[in-house]
Amino acid sequence: MTKKILSLVFSVAALLSALPAFASELVVYSARAEQLIKPLFDAYTAKTGVKIQYVTDKEPVLLERLKAEGERTPADMLITVDAGNLWLAGEAGVIQPVVSETLERNIPAHLRDPQNRWFGLSLRARTIVYNTDKVKPADLGTYADLADPKWKGRLLLRTSKKVYNQSLVAALIAERGEAEAEKIVAGWVANTPVEPFSNDAQAMEAVAAGVGDVTMVNTYYFGKLMEEKPASPLAIFWPDQDGSGVHVNVSGAGITTHAKHKEEAVKLIEWLSSAEAQSLFASLNMEYPANPEVPADERVAAWGGFKASTLSVAKYGENQAAAIKLMDRVGYK
Amino acid sequence: MHAEPGGPSSRSRFLASRPSGLLLPAALIAGVAALPIAVLLYSFLSPEREIWGHLAEHVLPDLVGNTLLLLACVIPLTSVIGIGMGWLTAACDYPGRKFFAWALTLPMAVPPYVFAFVYLGLLDFTGPVQTAIRKVFPGSGFVDIRNVFGVSAILSLAFYPYVYLLCRSAFLTQGRTAMEASQTLGLSTTRAFFRVCVPMARPWIAAGLTLVCMETLADFGAVSIFNYDTFTTAIYKAWFGLFSLNAASQLSAVLVAFVLAALVLEQRFRARLRFTGAERTGGAQLRLRLTGVRGWLAFAVSALVFALAFALPCLQLLVWAWEAAGPALSRYVGLGTNTLILGLLTAAVTSAASLLLACARRIAPGSDWLVKIATLGYAMPGTILAVGIFIPAAWFDNAMLDMISAATGISLSPFIQGSLGLLVTAYAVRFLAAGFGSVDSAMQRITPSITDAARTMGCRGTALLRRVYLPMTRTGLLTAAILVLVDVMKELPVTLMMRPFGWDTLAVKIYEFTSEGEWRLAAAPALALIAAGLLPIMLLTRKTEARKQS
Repeated sequence: MTKKILSLVFSVAALLSALPAFASELVVYSARAEQLIKPLFDAYTAKTGVKIQYVTDKEPVLLERLKAEGERTPADMLITVDAGNLWLAGEAGVIQPVVSETLERNIPAHLRDPQNRWFGLSLRARTIVYNTDKVKPADLGTYADLADPKWKGRLLLRTSKKVYNQSLVAALIAERGEAEAEKIVAGWVANTPVEPFSNDAQAMEAVAAGVGDVTMVNTYYFGKLMEEKPASPLAIFWPDQDGSGVHVNVSGAGITTHAKHKEEAVKLIEWLSSAEAQSLFASLNMEYPANPEVPADERVAAWGGFKASTLSVAKYGENQAAAIKLMDRVGYK
Repeated sequence: MHAEPGGPSSRSRFLASRPSGLLLPAALIAGVAALPIAVLLYSFLSPEREIWGHLAEHVLPDLVGNTLLLLACVIPLTSVIGIGMGWLTAACDYPGRKFFAWALTLPMAVPPYVFAFVYLGLLDFTGPVQTAIRKVFPGSGFVDIRNVFGVSAILSLAFYPYVYLLCRSAFLTQGRTAMEASQTLGLSTTRAFFRVCVPMARPWIAAGLTLVCMETLADFGAVSIFNYDTFTTAIYKAWFGLFSLNAASQLSAVLVAFVLAALVLEQRFRARLRFTGAERTGGAQLRLRLTGVRGWLAFAVSALVFALAFALPCLQLLVWAWEAAGPALSRYVGLGTNTLILGLLTAAVTSAASLLLACARRIAPGSDWLVKIATLGYAMPGTILAVGIFIPAAWFDNAMLDMISAATGISLSPFIQGSLGLLVTAYAVRFLAAGFGSVDSAMQRITPSITDAARTMGCRGTALLRRVYLPMTRTGLLTAAILVLVDVMKELPVTLMMRPFGWDTLAVKIYEFTSEGEWRLAAAPALALIAAGLLPIMLLTRKTEARKQS
């Protein structure tokens, strides 16, 4: 009887406890949603036979998880969807520097960590979208221009709680200093007639419906909306072409400090930066490839070329806290 | 709180036969459940003055005001719907009652963030309703529903089932004697309802409203979709934005302290009341028949609540799923199975734990505070709780593995981190309040004379548990199981953080689509989630009703 109970207890314990990962498998912690990474990983497995296990979650949670797991983490690679969190992972010491000529060649310096701990793999631009019935391109100029009183009641904003706006303001702080950035953001807030929206698609649909005339969004949300509703009276405008250029953010990856399969992981990240993977990576979500040699997807290229900002994306993370405090001070919700 | 038997002699008899075998496991459960709270308190060791200073000046005053306003709207709304519907379906008879009795629990299968994006999609500036109004009346302005009224309406639709379910339990077991007695004393039905039935159901109503408040405070998904900032917003801002988990933990500790204070206050108000009564009640012939206009009015009200809280959202989701043409519904069968298994496992574990804690509390009144602390996990924002469990678990796991490897030289791979057991434990900690409220209220029905009688017949210790407490709290246990099952199925942050590879759930899939703004693609997994929850809810609700008829 006791033997039966004991064996039951052991089998339950075995069922409920963790399973170790296998040797030819890589483990990835990703903040990028499954539908955007699975096709890539499937392609890699088909090509090399290396299986990839992954877990998706928000970046700060993945970071705490890596910190708590310490040396025993099963993760080999961390993927994020913005530069601020990559910077934070680097500062927290959970990702390690990688020396790789391939990566240095494929990814421009301003899109990767100065200390080589992380590498941007795709670009998304945060740009201006306007209502074609109400606004002409000649009316628009830079991000700072949207703070001008002529836009009063016409500018729609996305919430300051989303990292893309935080990075945008962080970039403004890095380029112009906090005082001027604060004036600009305060101007934006004064110009908005309704509460900020919780996502870019809502903001654009509101512009199309006439709640406002102009807003700032990530390019891929524009692409998705236009695919769903091609008749929308919306168009992209690339701001700041005479100045520093359009604000861009990266989705990128780094190898974890305690990776159990470091060489395999480095091979994976090198493959992700190569032409073959870059076109797939970017076109899955209508983003731009980080590798400048790789042409953008045709739907994306149709929006026209533009001058992108070459400010190092590492600055976004450095200035993120200041950006958030600034937005709180001016009441940007 | 239980009514004490009178006299010192019976009390010493009472204490002498206290089964200590119950207290140890109860203490263990409470200890594990209190781990996240300990982690919160530990965070105070690194004060974050700058962040607190900034938040206190620019962010917190508004947020605290918003949160209190939200509670002030949600509590009355859920009370009215929950108590009203609970009484109508439990104590009355009207056309359609049998259907509505179980159908009104169905909104529990729908996560609050799904309600949020469905109704925002329907009623927002660019939604079909306002667009149609602008077509018919051109020149009419835009109505912004993203304010406290919109959010509280959504949350009330999502959370009233907690009050409804617990009130039904109360009214079903209340018996007709009190009502009949008050009627012989001259009270009309309505006055008897307000002056007798509702006050007698106080523990259940309070338990239901406690869950509603905790859910409202901890909610993040629905309020973010509406961009309505509550205290929880500050917690996530401190962590995700200002990169300080310590500040976020400290803010969470403040939130939890507030909830604890409210719970203690509520307990004080209840302290002097007795809620024991006969568990047995008559069958259908003792229901209050509502005929004619009153009957159809009751039908109309029930239908309205059901339509707003379930039929309309499901319809919109069906339309979106049809339009979206995403992955086929069959793909979600695997995810649905995972979701159900996790839910059922946790429901079993949590019901057992709740029963143990409720018994312990009854036997050792001093353990009240320990039990309260154990149920606080429900009020913590999910991600903070997830981290609060993962960090100690990982630390313990690593320490153990280090010891083993130092002693034997073998280095094993982690077995707590990334395991199914940890996930189920985390769920149990999170949802203990949901299970406990229901079981504890049911315990209130057990008069001290019953347990005394059992003891005089030689029934003690675990036999007492098996033969007296267990059968008499069946309704409470089943209700606890339903509440925990659907809560686990809808749960997101703990699942995201601790699920083993290959254990994605439907909620995870919904999140992956909504995090990319793909609300229409999220409709199909949302429907699958609701479908998965329907069957267990229906079965269990029918079972609670059936037992009452016997």
